Amino acid sequence: MALISLRNVSKTYPPARRGEPPVTALQDISLEIEAGEIFGIIGYSGAGKSTLVRLINGLEASTGGEITVDGRAVSGVPERKLKSLRLDIGMIFQQFNLFNSKTVRSNIAYPLRVAGRSKDEITARTNELLAFVGLTDKAGSYPEQLSGGQKQRVGIARALAASPKILLADEATSALDPETTQEVLALLRRVNRELGITIVVITHEMEVIKDLATRVAVMDAGRIVEQGGVFEVFSNPREESSRRFVSTVVRGIPSAEEVRTLRSRHEGRMVTLSFRDGHSSQAAVFLELAAAGVGFELVYGGINDISGRAFGHLTLALKGADQAIDGALAAVGHGIKVTELG
Amino acid sequence: MEDLIPLTPQLWTAVGETLYIVGLSLLFGGIGGLLIGLGLYTTRSGALLANRAVFGILNVLVNIFRPIPFIIFLAAAQPLARSVTGSGIGNNAIIFTLSLAAAFGISRIVEQNLLTVQPGVIEAARSVGAGRRRIILTILIPEALGPLILGYTYIFVALVDMSAVAGYVGGGGLGNFAIQYGYRQFNPVVTWAAVAVIIVLVQLVQFLGNQTARKVLRR
Repeated sequence: MALISLRNVSKTYPPARRGEPPVTALQDISLEIEAGEIFGIIGYSGAGKSTLVRLINGLEASTGGEITVDGRAVSGVPERKLKSLRLDIGMIFQQFNLFNSKTVRSNIAYPLRVAGRSKDEITARTNELLAFVGLTDKAGSYPEQLSGGQKQRVGIARALAASPKILLADEATSALDPETTQEVLALLRRVNRELGITIVVITHEMEVIKDLATRVAVMDAGRIVEQGGVFEVFSNPREESSRRFVSTVVRGIPSAEEVRTLRSRHEGRMVTLSFRDGHSSQAAVFLELAAAGVGFELVYGGINDISGRAFGHLTLALKGADQAIDGALAAVGHGIKVTELG
Repeated sequence: MEDLIPLTPQLWTAVGETLYIVGLSLLFGGIGGLLIGLGLYTTRSGALLANRAVFGILNVLVNIFRPIPFIIFLAAAQPLARSVTGSGIGNNAIIFTLSLAAAFGISRIVEQNLLTVQPGVIEAARSVGAGRRRIILTILIPEALGPLILGYTYIFVALVDMSAVAGYVGGGGLGNFAIQYGYRQFNPVVTWAAVAVIIVLVQLVQFLGNQTARKVLRR
């Protein structure tokens, strides 16, 4: 059985004013997240992803469907009975949400105090965590004395304190600069690999999904519109909103507007060749074109490496007789998708 | 000036009485205000103990009592003060009434300061399994402590002001001293002396409050 399982889950809020219809935040959400994976949930703000992640540790209550975590029911359980579940699920936040009145060490120790651990245990465990996130020298500092990246590392250490099985990351890198983002993503990968903790990542940045996740669900207007392996979704997005997210990090088939710009600079027929690993190599394509006497120039696109697998879209401007071009494209067509651009 | 020197012992007694009245009122009113303020904060919609009915009742109660001018409140609450403290006049009666009035005033200050705590911080505490009482005691109050200390300092000053009215219902203190020996004896120097002592007292307490708040806020 999956570590986290949501079946037909929905969430509606009562209307702001009497007489209006209730507000639907989530509709018919079904997800299975396996132990040990890094599962990404991507969507624009307002898509419901923050609400969704809060259903997993019961910070928000679902209004329909069933949620189980590690075999325990979450849906319909009152807050005071969620303590042991929450000690098993760490959470980090976009704004870090550190306790400003407490030192770094006390922040990290807080979940251990909640769990009722002894003083010696707490000291030993906080030392271990400070070393793990590389903040041993900041143990006595207060949050306002730290940089954004350091704050998030404290957040991660606090979330890991009670040795949870799951870590929920709610836009954990959205308030950080690109360099610090990479630092925090690297730390999250270590959390997953070295500690075997399952991570659920919520983000609106496709870059984060690409670098971190193994599987992804795309959310739009309170629904999951597509889910699957990160490589599959990136190399072959089926839904419009998935395509839009993928296009933020992958140069795919140029849009009509981009084609116009390309045309102004390049002559001849224009085609986009879409590659997926294991099918056919670029070298074979180029050889085929050269053998047919077709001149070609690479004008747009690129090859991407996702989860250690390659795919990409290359747009070529071709010069030569139509027949020669058709022949060459037909010969390479196997395993490679050819899109003729108008 | 020569009229003031023989009154020095009375002046010191008055200072002691003012401190006694204000100190105890701040203690009782402070605790009451903290409880009502916590009640207002925790029962508002979306909060830890969201409860529309309790919030509504507390809110209306505070709104009814807070705007009443203290001198009128003092007269109106006299029967209640008598039944609780055994007398409608004197220091204990005024401490009772002052505490009651202060509690409603303080409750708003407490509520406002608690509202400055980022909801995300409370959420972070909930996410690690902390219960409501633990969150209030170990997160909410410590996070709002700096502004709360400043709020209580402000209330101390307001209580010194309100306690001066005590003279009208047979209470002691600097207000009574100024009226009895200054105003009624046509001796402005004595009144000014009382004013000077009050200024020093207020400055001292404000300084202490600022220092403590600065220490808590680390800035």
